[in-house]
Formats: sequence, C-alpha cells, structure tokens
Amino acid sequence: MSTDSTLSHDIHEHDDHHDHKPSGFLDRWLFTTNHKDIGTLYLVFSLLMFFIGGSMAMIIRAELFAPGLQLVEPDFFNQMTTMHALIMVFGAVMPAWVGFANWMLPMMIGAPDMALPRMNNWSFWILPFAFAMLLSTLFMDSGGPAAGWTLYPPLSLQGGQSFAFVVFAVHMMGISSIMGSINVIATILNMRAPGMTLLKMPLFVWTWLITAFLLIMVMPVLAGAVTMLLTDHFFGTSFFNAAGGGDPVMFQHIFWFFGHPEVYIMILPAFGVVSEIIPTFARKPLFGYSAMVYATASIAFLSFIVWAHHMFTVGMPLTGELFFMYATMLIAVPTGVKVFNWVSTMWKGSMTFETPMLFAIAFVVLFTIGGLSGLMLAIASVDLQYHDTYFVVAHFHYVLVPGSVFALMAGAYYWLPKWTGHMYSERWGKIHFWLSAISVNILFFPQHYLGLAGMPRRIPDYSTQFADFNMISSIGGFIFGASQLVFVGVIVHCVYKSRQKATSQVWEGAQGLEWTLSSPPPYHSFNEPPVIDSSTIAHADSTH
Amino acid sequence: MKKPNTFIVVAAVTAAVIAATWLLLAAPGYTGNEINMTRGVTSQSTINYGLHMTVLWICVVIGVIVFSAMFVSIVLHRKSRGHEAAKFTHSTKAEIVWTIIPVLILVVMAVPATKALVNMEVAPETEMTIKITGFQWRWKYEYVEDGVSFISSLDPASNAARQLESGTDPVDIDNYLLEVDKPLVLPAKTRIKFLITADDVIHSWWVPALGWKRDAVPGFINEAWTEIMEPGVYRGQCAELCGKDHGFMPIVLNVLPRADYDAWIAQQQDTQQKLAAN
Repeated sequence: MSTDSTLSHDIHEHDDHHDHKPSGFLDRWLFTTNHKDIGTLYLVFSLLMFFIGGSMAMIIRAELFAPGLQLVEPDFFNQMTTMHALIMVFGAVMPAWVGFANWMLPMMIGAPDMALPRMNNWSFWILPFAFAMLLSTLFMDSGGPAAGWTLYPPLSLQGGQSFAFVVFAVHMMGISSIMGSINVIATILNMRAPGMTLLKMPLFVWTWLITAFLLIMVMPVLAGAVTMLLTDHFFGTSFFNAAGGGDPVMFQHIFWFFGHPEVYIMILPAFGVVSEIIPTFARKPLFGYSAMVYATASIAFLSFIVWAHHMFTVGMPLTGELFFMYATMLIAVPTGVKVFNWVSTMWKGSMTFETPMLFAIAFVVLFTIGGLSGLMLAIASVDLQYHDTYFVVAHFHYVLVPGSVFALMAGAYYWLPKWTGHMYSERWGKIHFWLSAISVNILFFPQHYLGLAGMPRRIPDYSTQFADFNMISSIGGFIFGASQLVFVGVIVHCVYKSRQKATSQVWEGAQGLEWTLSSPPPYHSFNEPPVIDSSTIAHADSTH
Repeated sequence: MKKPNTFIVVAAVTAAVIAATWLLLAAPGYTGNEINMTRGVTSQSTINYGLHMTVLWICVVIGVIVFSAMFVSIVLHRKSRGHEAAKFTHSTKAEIVWTIIPVLILVVMAVPATKALVNMEVAPETEMTIKITGFQWRWKYEYVEDGVSFISSLDPASNAARQLESGTDPVDIDNYLLEVDKPLVLPAKTRIKFLITADDVIHSWWVPALGWKRDAVPGFINEAWTEIMEPGVYRGQCAELCGKDHGFMPIVLNVLPRADYDAWIAQQQDTQQKLAAN
C-alpha cells in the first residue's frame, strides 16, 4: 500500500463536505444501506423499546409496592412480566448491541461498511413490524402472552388467538437477528483492513464475532420451539402434550438450549465494550488480551452445555443434574479471568473517571455480584431452594441491568462524541450515572433477601412478611426508571444543542482505528483501507 | 478534561456501603423481616442451608478481595494524583495462578455439593406415600396407603382480601395468602415419599422448611422424599407460574407427633367411609 493512503484527519474532514448523504427523509432512513445510519436506527429503536419495557416494569413494581392488589388484575400482571422480558431481551438489549456493531465494527477494523448493506437495512426494518405485532396482542380480546417469556407449555398453550401473533413476532425477531449476525461474521472475516489480523482486532470486535456465531446457532432452535408451540396450539399436534405422547419438559430443554447461549449473547458484547473503555481511561493497554479472547470463546462453548441448570426442579436423573452442575460451575473460571484482567488493567494505570469509565467500573463490580450469585445458583441441591424465587430475579437482573445495560450506557457515552461530533454534558452524565448506580442497587439488592426468605417470582401479590423489602425495591425501581429520562436528556442535548466540538481523539487514552477518523466520522469512512501501525491500534502487539 | 471530584466518589461509595450495611443488618432487626434462607426442619434443608452459607461466604471473600483491589487502584492509581500509567500488558504467571485457584475453589465446593445432591435425590426406604396433584389453582393430596384424599385451597379470608379493591388491608388477615382451608397433615420423624404430578399445567410444590421444591408436570410423576424432625405448621406456595392465580395457591403442612397423626388419619378414614356409605 502506498504511503499517500495513510490516514489523516485532514483528508476525512475534507471528505465530510461531499459525503453523498441522501437528502430526503425516507431516502436517508428507510432505504439506507449506510452502516452508520442503520446503527443509529437500531440504537434509537432499542432506546424506545427500553422505555416501553421499562414502563411495564414500573407497572410491575407499582403493583408490588404493597401487599394486596391495588392496580391490575393478576392476568394483566402476568402479561406485563412476560412482555417486559420479551421487549427488554429482544427489543432493547439485543438490537442495541446490533446498533453498536453497525456503528463500530467497520470503523474498528478499517472497513468501508458492513459486508451486506441491503440485508442490513432489511434486518433492521423487520424489527418495528415484529414489535408492533407483539405489542398489538395487548389490545386483543385474549390479551398478550401471560405465560412468562419462557413460554412454557402447557400454560402458554392456554393463551388465546393472540398467541399466533406472538409466535410470528418471535420468528421475525429471529430472522432479523440471524441476518444481523451473518452480516457481522461476513464483515469481520472478510473486510478487515490489510494488517488487521484476527489477534489485533479490538476486543469488542472479537466478542461480537463470537456472539454472532452463538446467534446463528441458537435462533433457529428458538424458531423451532415456538413453531412446535404454534402447531400444538392451532393444528392439534402433541409435541408437548403428554396426553398425545409428547413431553412438556422437552420444550424446556429446547428452549434453554437457545436460552442459555442467549444470555451470553446479551453479555459478551458488554465484555467487549468494557474491555475497550477501561484501557482508555486507565491509559494502559488491556491486560492479557489473548486470555480475554480465549476466555470469551470458552464462555461461548460452555454456554451450550449448561442449559439444564435452569431446570434442576423438573425431575432429571441424578447424573444429569451432576453434569449440568459441574459444567455450570466451570463457567466461573473464564468469567473470573475476565474480571481479574479488568482489575489488572486498572491496576497501576493513570485513571480518570469520566462517565463511560464510571459505568464501566460499576459494570465490573455489579456484574461480579451477579456472577457470584450465579455460582450459588449452580449448586443444584441448593438451587432446589433458590429456583423460581426472587433470588433468581435479583441474580439475572444484576447481570442484565447493571451488567448489559450499564455496558450499553458506558458505550453510548464513550462513542457519542465520536458519533455526533459534540461532547455530551459530563455533569449530567455523572448525575445520570450516580442516580442509576445507587437506585439499581436499591431496586435489586433487596430482592436477594426476598427470594431467600421464600418469595416466589411472577406473583402479583405476596404475604405481608415480604412487604418491607418489596417497598424498598419499588422505590429503587421508580428512581431508576426516572433516572433514565436524564439519559435521554443528555443524548438529545449532545446531538442537537451541545456546542463543545469533539476532537478526533475525543479521549486522551483512546486507541483504535475509530479514533483516527474525524468526529463525526465522514458518511463513508475508510473507502481506502487504513494502514495499520502499532500507534493507531490498541492490540498491535499480539505476542501476548 | 475535567478533574475528577474525589469527594463525590468517596462520598458516594461511603453512602453505598452504609446503605448496604443498613439493609443487611438493621432492617431485619427493626422489622422482623427474614433475609436469609431458612434452616428448615429436615436433613435436606439443613444440609442446603449449610451449603448455601458456605458458598455465600466463599463468594463474599472473593468479592471483597476483587473489590478491594479495585478500590485501592481507584484511590491510588488516578491521574489527578499524578500517577503515571505502568506499561505491563500481561503476566503469564498471574494468569495461570488466577485460573488454577478458582478451579481448586470449585473442586472444594463440588464435593459437598455432590454429597448434598445425592442425599436429596436418592430416597431411603420410606414409610408412607403422599400423592400431590397440582390444579389451577389448588392442590390435591392423597394418602396412598390410607385411602384418604382431599383438596386444599386458599382460605376464604385471604381470598376475599386479595381481590382488586377489596377494601381489606392484608395486614389484618392472619397468614395472608399463606393459609389454606385444609392443610396437609403429616407425621413427624417419619420418612415420607411424595409422588408429584399435575392435572393441567406445570406447577411446583415448595415448602421452604423442607429444603426443596419439585415441579408438578402433567402426564409425568416426580418423586421426592422428606423426614420432618419437628412438629409444627410450615407454609409454602406454588413456585412455577401456572396462570392468573399462581400467586394464590399456598401450601400448609400441619406436622403432628406420630401418635396424634395416627389418631387424625383414623378419624379421616372414618369420615370418608361414612361419606362413601351415604
């Protein structure tokens, strides 16, 4: 490659003036094939879903504020818990990560765009239809799905005609995810700039590559499972009906064969983002880069052989329970490696604590708490006490909310200046952080106590002995919910009002190809592949 | 870039620690709220409680070590104190150490965990059998050897109070949502086998004091066993989402000394035979 194709900010700032953005609104957004625009669409959509799913959580916490039923009927409560989970998992967290992938992967590996831009457009535009259909079931005579997001039969088969809409919506989400992950894999494997070898890729790229493989492997399994529910419900088959020779527990096996990798689909990109942010603000390279890659791959592999730890109470043979217990405990090893490496990255760094770093540190602490309670849940014998209680609710919310969601927020603050060309308000970002970090613990920590004391999950009303901690939890929930309005305020301000221009570098310690582009980057970046040298990328030295 | 405000960080961490300590220690003392798993009244529940506490303390120690290292680093290794970043990027020795130590900890945990599971799942010779069937939304109990059976539902007082806009404060109801019209009466110090199934959807039979829950799956029969050491009343409820009234199908055990139980079951047989004769 000739030296005149070397990256320089001047060239790109120049490009920015004739970047060929489509001019009409529909042309720009509906027909777009640009990875940055599609990334923005995904992120805006997921933020919208975060608030819809969040308002359902507010209804749940309001009903649970005090014993007795005050606000909603039990069946509607069950619809809320079910829809809250489906929307947060499939509508908020997953599309948000795909949005980050769209924006960042090409810029991080020096590619001009995603490998399959038209399919990229399609995989996004399926989603609004899928969720419109899913949400419309709430307004149908038979109501929304009320059997939990796990859709266990026979209960889920008691749903009315609206169940068909739920199944079709899940199919569409699955198609969207599969197309998105095909795109990610094709982009990462084929479109890296010359010299960007696999073990030089930023960790966010690595974690997304592995996540995409998980998605491709498990989304068809979910599609198969819900299709069998569909035919059991409407066409008289008996896959899960014991009276017809089927087995309701078989659904749980199939569902969790999808469901367990699914939880890693939501957390692996979070590991990636945090592994980008901590080195930046510690001004020190990521500790043990290769170990991080191998740990991610090990977690992904293990995620396929632990599914039945969600089912210790269904009556499995002893040997089966022992296998799934041991395999689940093993996940603690690569996960521990990750946590130790993040701490070692911070160790002896030169740290500053801007909002992305605060969210990343809170992620490490609170995700670790969720991971440790996960280790407790792995002990099969004791899980016969923990299972289906608020202890489980606390556990998975710790890994999902201050886990995945905090990592999403960390990433949003980290790259917002790059995306928009403006600095966000650091003061309001910090206010958002402290409100969220404190309230999320008031919200979820007491739920450990509730579960241990014997409160089952998915109940709209409870015995009076659980009243105090439910009230504390609800108060935390309301504060957490309201705090997210600050997040929207910061974003809107950053995009439309902020006058503080961001530099290309944005953060003093940031390393990687995306920081060599102007802020905002040109509409079409890296039309010519960048030259990879050790000063521009974080993991140039792949000997470790 | 703005200088980080050390005061805010320290103040917030302190506040969080105080809040957590308060939640952990003070609140249950003042309110009588239970915050931990029950020790229960069976060998299984006692073993599970011990295992739970062991693993919990291991987790607490790991957490304290990791978070202390982070905290020290956050306090000392900050740019505002003029700390310069070190250059190291890896240490094979450290990475081997913190891979092997967790493996050893897991092995140490796996030994009692395996023993507990075997004790849970491998039933000893039992002296009597209860068949439990879950319905939407009540439990049916059958004393298999004695030919006695009945249905146990949420008691009428709780049921009236739990309706939307009932006007009754749940605090005024004894054992709100954890009371039934007809409890399952069991003998103490007797090895009992449970056969658990369901008639419609999946339920889960759970009394925390026994130390386990077991799903009731329609079309299949799950087995479990218990030996309750102390007479008394023990409460639990359905633990698997089973439809709109999932939260309203409690379980109450009335565990009697063996002699009292024998008298009770004889009386029940008598009543049921009379009913049959009529």
